Amino acid sequence: MNEMRNGASPIIRVRGLRKIFHVGEVDVPALRGVDLDVARGEFLAVVGPSGSGKSTLFHILGGLTPPTEGQVWIDGVELQSLTENQRTELRQRKIGFVFQKYNLLPTLTARDNIAIAQALAGGATPPPGFDELLKMLGIADKLDRRPSALSGGEQQRVAIARALVNQPAILLADEPTGNLDTANSNAVLSILRDLNKQKGQTILMITHNPEAAAFADRIVTMRDGQMHAA
Amino acid sequence: MINKLVLENLKHRWIRTFLSALVIGVQVMSILTLIGLSRGMLHDSAERAKGTGADIFLKPGTQGQFSLASGQLNAKFVNFIAKQPHVVQAVGVLSIPIEVTTTLSGVDIPEFSRLNGGFKYIEGGPPTAPNDLLSDEYWARQHHWHVGQTVTLLNHQWRLCGIIQGGMLSRLVVPLETLQQLTGNANPPRVSEILVKLDNPALTNQEVAYLNHLLKGELQAISIQDFVSQFNINNVPQLRVFIWIVVSLAIVVGFLVVFLSMYTAVIERTREIGILKALGAKPIKILDILVREAFVLAILGAVLGIGLSYVAKVIILNTAPASLPVVNVPDWWPIAAAIAVIGALLGAIFPGLKAARQDAIEALAYE
Repeated sequence: MNEMRNGASPIIRVRGLRKIFHVGEVDVPALRGVDLDVARGEFLAVVGPSGSGKSTLFHILGGLTPPTEGQVWIDGVELQSLTENQRTELRQRKIGFVFQKYNLLPTLTARDNIAIAQALAGGATPPPGFDELLKMLGIADKLDRRPSALSGGEQQRVAIARALVNQPAILLADEPTGNLDTANSNAVLSILRDLNKQKGQTILMITHNPEAAAFADRIVTMRDGQMHAA
Repeated sequence: MINKLVLENLKHRWIRTFLSALVIGVQVMSILTLIGLSRGMLHDSAERAKGTGADIFLKPGTQGQFSLASGQLNAKFVNFIAKQPHVVQAVGVLSIPIEVTTTLSGVDIPEFSRLNGGFKYIEGGPPTAPNDLLSDEYWARQHHWHVGQTVTLLNHQWRLCGIIQGGMLSRLVVPLETLQQLTGNANPPRVSEILVKLDNPALTNQEVAYLNHLLKGELQAISIQDFVSQFNINNVPQLRVFIWIVVSLAIVVGFLVVFLSMYTAVIERTREIGILKALGAKPIKILDILVREAFVLAILGAVLGIGLSYVAKVIILNTAPASLPVVNVPDWWPIAAAIAVIGALLGAIFPGLKAARQDAIEALAYE
């Protein structure tokens, strides 16, 4: 595993990233040479239309799929050199996901949804200050409810708590407000911004919504598998 | 936490969980009932052999222990055996199969009584006419027979003269001569076996050796104790084969049930599997979760099966207490549970591997 030891280096570094999907006999390029640096503690929004390649970038940064070409470092670890199991371990330790559709396990309560993420990473007790985070998210009194008994905004806040329970280096959020009304969208985005400002959480958010992107420190745009500064 | 996820998944789809466990349970019940029946029937036969009060049992030398063939022994041997040292009573018995597990025995009632004090009558009394018949309580209950009624056995009309306590000789007893005439064993008179009572039961083994030496293979003597000990499933090859067939079927059914249940679960929970993978579950962990679910299903099925085996026993004993004397077999509970678990685990492997190999991104996109 090739690690960059320089503490000042970006927490996410992407160089010459390409991803080609093979659809039947046709090669479909989703990423066509993406370069990106995200500083530690930065809140970055990646915006772009559907099919621009931002979700593919999200999946590669999250270690869910390997790139076809190029290099990605996450907190100093080069993804290209990792096996699938090592990428899974990286996800457990360094990456927290927030999805558009919340993706909570329907059979578990909010508390257990958070606990399962911790259990999969080998943890047993929530990190110090986690109760405070739950209060900040406004779900401390709703932890014994199942997802079906929570509103969309509450589910997304549970998903954020789940993403943060292992104290990841990076929070990756894919259209986190895509299924929410304006009030809940603003609440969730405010929470993400507060997490970034108060706790120094690095956040990379994918969105097609310019209003949501405005909550970030920096915005980059993707189009046709390439990245452009906003 | 993983165990909680497994249990919550099973609880959440409780109808599928219940049905899967029920089918596994039926298989477990089948095994336990089959073993219980086999053992019950053998135990019942052994008890009836013991209940004769004899010390030694003699059969034709060429005949297997459990052969139901009859009339192969000249009745003159009865008197010959009676004259041997230490023999106080020798009684010839002619046994004719009525059902697979039930025989009609012909015996000289007064002579038989000297072996053991005679039958215990619940209703009626001993035969007083050639066509009188005794039935034990279980057979009478199963067939709703009452003393005084005429019944047909071996195409012959009998009068039920008495109902006796079970556990002695046979379920159905008639006068020896009548049965010999009826079955072509009257000329010369023939019997199936000879029951021997000694003056000193402590000499049984010695007497068995003596008789076997004396009879030079024409008859085979065996102590009742040894005879009874041979009433064991392992000594009945056909039964053993049958049990293995049922056990194999149970494994196959358990496999199929869990396979189908897990396969549909994997498809239904594709998105959840994707979530777990995104959260950092390795493929082996996904497999582990499904295997644990299958294990719990099998254990639930086993518990249900044990309960069902009691229900089956009550039904069988109320329906056919004489033909199907089923017993409980708690020593087989862990074996039946292990069979259920093996079938379930085999059934979980393929769906588990399918889930483990699932692409996380595709799984997360699954609607």
